[in-house]
Amino acid sequence: MAASGDADIRVSDLRKTFKVPERDSGLRASLRSLVHRKHRDVHAVAGVSFEIPAGEIVGFLGPNGAGKTTTLKMLSGLLHPSSGEATVLGHVPWRRERDYLRRMTLVMGNRNQLQWDIPALDSFEMNRAIYRVPDAEFRAIRDEIVELLEIGDLVRKPVRNLSLGERMKAEIAAALLHRPKVLFLDEPTIGLDVTMQKRIRTFLAEYNRRYGATILLTSHYMADVQALCKRVVVIDHGSILYDGSLRELSTRYAPHQTINVSLAESGQDLSGYGEVLGTEDGRVSLKVAKDQTSAVAARLLAAYEVSDLTIEDPPVEDVIEQVFADSSPTTVRSGP
Amino acid sequence: MTAVREPRRRLRGLPGLYAVLMRTAVQVQLQYRTANYAYMLGMIAEPVIYLVVWSSVARSQGGAVEGITVGEFAAYYIVWTLVRNMNIVFTPYGWEQRIRQGELSGMLVRPVHPIHYDLAYFAGWKFVVILLWLPIAAGLALIFRPTFDVSVLEAGIFLIAIWGAYLIRSMLLWVLGMVTFWTTRVSALYDMYFTAELLLSGRLLPLALLPAWAVTLADVLPFKYTFGYPIEVIAGDLSTRELFVGLGMQALWVGLGALLVAVVWRVGVRRYSAVGN
Repeated sequence: MAASGDADIRVSDLRKTFKVPERDSGLRASLRSLVHRKHRDVHAVAGVSFEIPAGEIVGFLGPNGAGKTTTLKMLSGLLHPSSGEATVLGHVPWRRERDYLRRMTLVMGNRNQLQWDIPALDSFEMNRAIYRVPDAEFRAIRDEIVELLEIGDLVRKPVRNLSLGERMKAEIAAALLHRPKVLFLDEPTIGLDVTMQKRIRTFLAEYNRRYGATILLTSHYMADVQALCKRVVVIDHGSILYDGSLRELSTRYAPHQTINVSLAESGQDLSGYGEVLGTEDGRVSLKVAKDQTSAVAARLLAAYEVSDLTIEDPPVEDVIEQVFADSSPTTVRSGP
Repeated sequence: MTAVREPRRRLRGLPGLYAVLMRTAVQVQLQYRTANYAYMLGMIAEPVIYLVVWSSVARSQGGAVEGITVGEFAAYYIVWTLVRNMNIVFTPYGWEQRIRQGELSGMLVRPVHPIHYDLAYFAGWKFVVILLWLPIAAGLALIFRPTFDVSVLEAGIFLIAIWGAYLIRSMLLWVLGMVTFWTTRVSALYDMYFTAELLLSGRLLPLALLPAWAVTLADVLPFKYTFGYPIEVIAGDLSTRELFVGLGMQALWVGLGALLVAVVWRVGVRRYSAVGN
């Protein structure tokens, strides 16, 4: 990414290495480990650099164990890096200065911060006191968030009586009551149904629009990424494989599109137009180079009686998979 | 969304946070009335056993042991039940879960030292506990007929001392719990602490019944100021000087405890943020 003068998040050659104890199975190995402990260095984050300007939403993508959560933990101040530098809103995160903690939030989809036995409203009140939000401001943002997330009826119920999706919405509301400028979201829609995921995505987009918040988001749901992020950072084995626009990612790693064509007369051989991916109910799917799709579509329309024709980009999941398949440890960068 | 709730006048800053957290604790614990009562009734068994044993010994020795009468034993162990409730704090055994389940991470990303959550939450809980304790104390008093001779000064100091006991025990058990930052195999260490506390705090028996060297040891260790001292303020026969020396020692241990918490926390969090969870 191009460097930006007003970046909210700056990360430079950030590294985190964990020392992990290691031994073989069995009694003999247990006894041996008493006198000779073996450790292995695991490079969870191996020299990551990027910048995120104020107000941008960036998708942080990678398989399990790629280093996403470790990076988020360092940026939110939970982990001290082994080396490298980072500043968020001008603060070094792992110093955990109160001014910094008051301006950021970390939401981890699999962890709860709300008090289990009482209504979410009471937990909101706790957060008001923790973040010292002035009364009038608190009321305004609380009512606004409650309305945006449509949780007016839920916040009065004890949290233990809420469904997973309802609880997640309440968790997100609680995490944003102090109106953080930077949001670290680790799988915020994990385990939620499609409707709930969509509502949370819409809310996050609206929060970003209203408050100009900077958001770094990890998600295994590509729909989250497509809906929210123009830019993605792809990481694997602790190194960045791609940093750039989602569209460019697709162009670079998936230079093909799929033409689905239904002909009035079935049984035609279309292999001359592209690679035939399959035929189903008279509908033929063709894999065609991106720069050829318009021409191929025009030829098909001219040559046959076409009842339906669509052109599709490959699913982002497939593109990302392709990135990992093609990846070498060298970093690939691209402008947005 | 209609306006959710009109605010009252609120305290600001840390006192405001304490007020909210204490109110939260009361709300939560009132939902667990039955569990709280069951816990308290179970807890009563311990002092009642001590009381029955010492009352029997006193009666067999002509009505007193080392000058402590049956009625004074009853007073001691009934006040014991309140002091014990007051010094229930966040257990060191809870630290492993706190770290493993990520609760500590949640606390670390907030702009408040986590000890305030525990201090405020357990302090709020005390108000529920005291409410539930009153009928139990009345029942015990009817059965065991305690002898009380309490001055206004003693009553006033007692009200301070039970909170002093609460603070000292909170700090010390926090320090003990923070050992979990380095290793989770700490049960043996906790057991050692609790055994020493049992013997040297006045929990098992009034400290006056211990040999002289143990009394001297108890005077300089913190345990007595979390148990025996507050009990004896109201159920013992302390001189005015002893009352104030005890308060002074409590203040000293609160200060030392706070210092220990600050130092161990600083080092422990550095360790935690190096290793992760």
